[in-house]
Amino acid sequence: MEALESLKTKNGVGEGGKPSPASFLSDHQGVAALGDKIFKLVTQLFAGLVLLLAVLVAWELWLSSRPALAKFGWSFLVTSDWDPVQEIFGSVPFVYGTLASSLLALLIATPLGLGISLFLTELAPMKLREPVAFVVEILAAIPSVVYGLWGMFVLAPLMRVYVDPVGMKLIGPPFFAPPSTGLSLFTAGIILAIMILPTITALSREVFEAVPNVYRESALALGATRWEAIQMAVLKASKAGVVGGVMLGLGRALGETMAVTMVIGNKPEVSINLLAASHSMASVIANEFSEAVSDMHVAALAEIGLLLMAITLILNMLAHLLIWATTQKFKAVHK
Amino acid sequence: MTTMTEELKEPNSQAAPTHATPKPQVAAGQAAKSVAGRVKIDVQNYSAWFREKRALYDVSLTMAEKEVTAIIGPSGCGKSTLIRAFNRMHETVAGARSEGRILMEGKDILGPRVDPVEVRRRIGMVFQKPSPFPTMSIFDNVAAGLRLNGMRDRRVLEGKVEWALHKAALWEEVKDGLHKAGAALSGGQQQRLCIARALAVDLDVLLMDEPCSALDPISTAKIEELILELKQNYTIVIVTHNMQQAARVSQRTAFMLNGKLIEYDETGKMFTNPSNKLTEDYITGRFG
Amino acid sequence: MSFDFQARRRYIDRIMAALCAGAALLAFIPLASLLIYVTSQGLSRFDWAFFTHLPAPVGESGGGMGNAIIGTLTLVFLASLVGIPVGLFAGIYLAEYGKQGKFAWLVRFTADILSGVPSIVTGIVAYQLVVKNMGHFSAYAGGIALGFMMIPMVTRTTEELVKMIPLSIRESSLALGVPQWKTILQVVVATARNGILTGVLLSLARVAGETAPLLFTAFNNQYWAGSPNQPTASLTVQVFTYAISPFDDWHAQAWTGALVLLLIVLSINLTARLVFKNSSQMLR
Repeated sequence: MEALESLKTKNGVGEGGKPSPASFLSDHQGVAALGDKIFKLVTQLFAGLVLLLAVLVAWELWLSSRPALAKFGWSFLVTSDWDPVQEIFGSVPFVYGTLASSLLALLIATPLGLGISLFLTELAPMKLREPVAFVVEILAAIPSVVYGLWGMFVLAPLMRVYVDPVGMKLIGPPFFAPPSTGLSLFTAGIILAIMILPTITALSREVFEAVPNVYRESALALGATRWEAIQMAVLKASKAGVVGGVMLGLGRALGETMAVTMVIGNKPEVSINLLAASHSMASVIANEFSEAVSDMHVAALAEIGLLLMAITLILNMLAHLLIWATTQKFKAVHK
Repeated sequence: MTTMTEELKEPNSQAAPTHATPKPQVAAGQAAKSVAGRVKIDVQNYSAWFREKRALYDVSLTMAEKEVTAIIGPSGCGKSTLIRAFNRMHETVAGARSEGRILMEGKDILGPRVDPVEVRRRIGMVFQKPSPFPTMSIFDNVAAGLRLNGMRDRRVLEGKVEWALHKAALWEEVKDGLHKAGAALSGGQQQRLCIARALAVDLDVLLMDEPCSALDPISTAKIEELILELKQNYTIVIVTHNMQQAARVSQRTAFMLNGKLIEYDETGKMFTNPSNKLTEDYITGRFG
Repeated sequence: MSFDFQARRRYIDRIMAALCAGAALLAFIPLASLLIYVTSQGLSRFDWAFFTHLPAPVGESGGGMGNAIIGTLTLVFLASLVGIPVGLFAGIYLAEYGKQGKFAWLVRFTADILSGVPSIVTGIVAYQLVVKNMGHFSAYAGGIALGFMMIPMVTRTTEELVKMIPLSIRESSLALGVPQWKTILQVVVATARNGILTGVLLSLARVAGETAPLLFTAFNNQYWAGSPNQPTASLTVQVFTYAISPFDDWHAQAWTGALVLLLIVLSINLTARLVFKNSSQMLR
């Protein structure tokens, strides 16, 4: 009885037995509002940590490359020498290797990726879509070092024995000149192509699926073949989005480390011979960072990392903008 | 029809397209004059499925050429499925199949050797949502069908585009900006652009799937006026959920319910003295 | 002439369809080759010793990757301590409070950008932050590097999943008098639990397969790591080290390591997908 009475008073119930409205409401309001405020603050804090992380990444990179930035300045971007002993560092061979292998990967993966995503969104009967989509997803999940292992022991010998000779015969120097060990820019480009294929496919699919169906039907109703309808209604309209997807694929290729370093040969040389060994920005960091002797060596490697990050960042920003703009356009036109 | 358009005239629209012969006046309630022409479309026991779900049950009817036939009925009755059978759009949906025959001037368009692309070239379609191709100009939109069939000569294209835009009562409004984006036009103009796009390729049948559903009353009136004009040269089939529209523009009307053809008759008779009770219930608004 | 033209249109249509189908088929080839080789080569050393023994000294045959497997598990665990809380709460913030406003837009934009940062660059950052300050390699450094990678991933997937919960569920809870913060935690997030879990699992699979950032953070260790404060072996780094070595025996073990790695990563992926399938059913 007394407990009940104390409960009543706690909840603002007056002597008459009725709850007094004012105190009941205000208590409740206070506690709930405080809880809400705290929770919002906590989540805001964590969201802020994301921003902090970005700042941290940029800051630490810049800080660690400062000695090299100071010493070499702009020449870092145009020098080809990489001599840890004499402490002369230039980024050209690595930038070349990264760009060349990635562009090669793009050339191979873009038509394939578009073909696969068209197959998945426009052409394939339902039953065939699932296995193909599944395969593409698995390709995306395989760790880079496993690709590298397969690249070293399966792909590279295959290239050396079967593919490179064909290249040398059909196209020849200066792009396909001997000797070929299988560890080359070409092999790196191919393995990168396999690795970025899922990215290009997935993003193209996203863009194609955003195209309202009525455009496809309008084209078909005009008497277009399936392919013509795809050209008129889907491809023309999603050009920007597809470009965005390709750019994201490029971004992935630029940053890929393990698979590349295991098949590219790791020789800092610039050569248009695709069969020659080469190097890349990510590979040189992977190979040399843990064993870098001097502080300047570390700084130079960090500057390579800074360069790599800057390139991929700009690319990614442009890509996201394009994809976003394309999918928004369709939503806007068709409410 | 003329009076209604005059009353609702848009401020900057031109006068009704120049036309020598007077437009036939069809007031709702009067028996529509049915053009006793040749049979253009002959549907024989046509059924359609979407995977396991049956959408049409043994539909049979004939449509005369140079007439407007309306198909009415509540949502889900199968009217869109039926009209999409006429240009073989039904089969473009995954899992769709059909049985029966649909004869156009005696030839079964569903025949195994018939190329759907051919069928769709001779039969045009306008959809509910006005859909000019977003990346193309007005000119390119109208020329799209022509270019698909290999027409390259700029002069010929220009002639055909102008003709089609005239036919669709849009020429005066866009003639100075043919290079502008098709998507920049108003809803009603976009729909007339789609009509022009369909007409450009020398059709004889025009299918319209709820062409005015997404439009305002003024644009709707313009398009209805256009339909009455076009029927002098084309066979038109129009699906509509608006019974008054069916009464205004069509000579014959088909009423469908749950995938079955309930009644098919001259429009005037259908709306004043329907034979089937279900038709009467629908028309008087007891359901749907 | 017109007949030829029409026939040509049909041919082009068929050829393009065939090319697209061909592209789809082409995707199977490298995958099949890779899976076949990893399995066939990897099974030869797939035995109990592999899972329980330490690596043999250089040049000697035998040994296993027991420490590397434990190491990978340790690193993934440490990474999730960093990545999951931050990603989860940041994602909740974006979904619940981040519909407009510059701050939310900036966070979202940053998360997208961060997911594009090459993993090796993240490794350099972790090196500077942790290894340099501690003076030595450690599992903490590796875990932090991987955790940094998890943050943008978990943030975005959490946001997407929580956003998907319909307004009606929130409103029902609020109408019952449940305060907003409780609604979010106990109703909305609980409903989105499976989807969020999927996102977390996928990011775990991703970092379990990472090598580059570990090369100079956790480094490597021929022995069992006594504590997270020591350099730690990992499956990925070990596979890499063995692969580029000149020893055949180590090559064979590299394949086995790759097989184990693949099994771990793919099974996490499969689990994630199964979890997600159940969650979509929950929403219905």
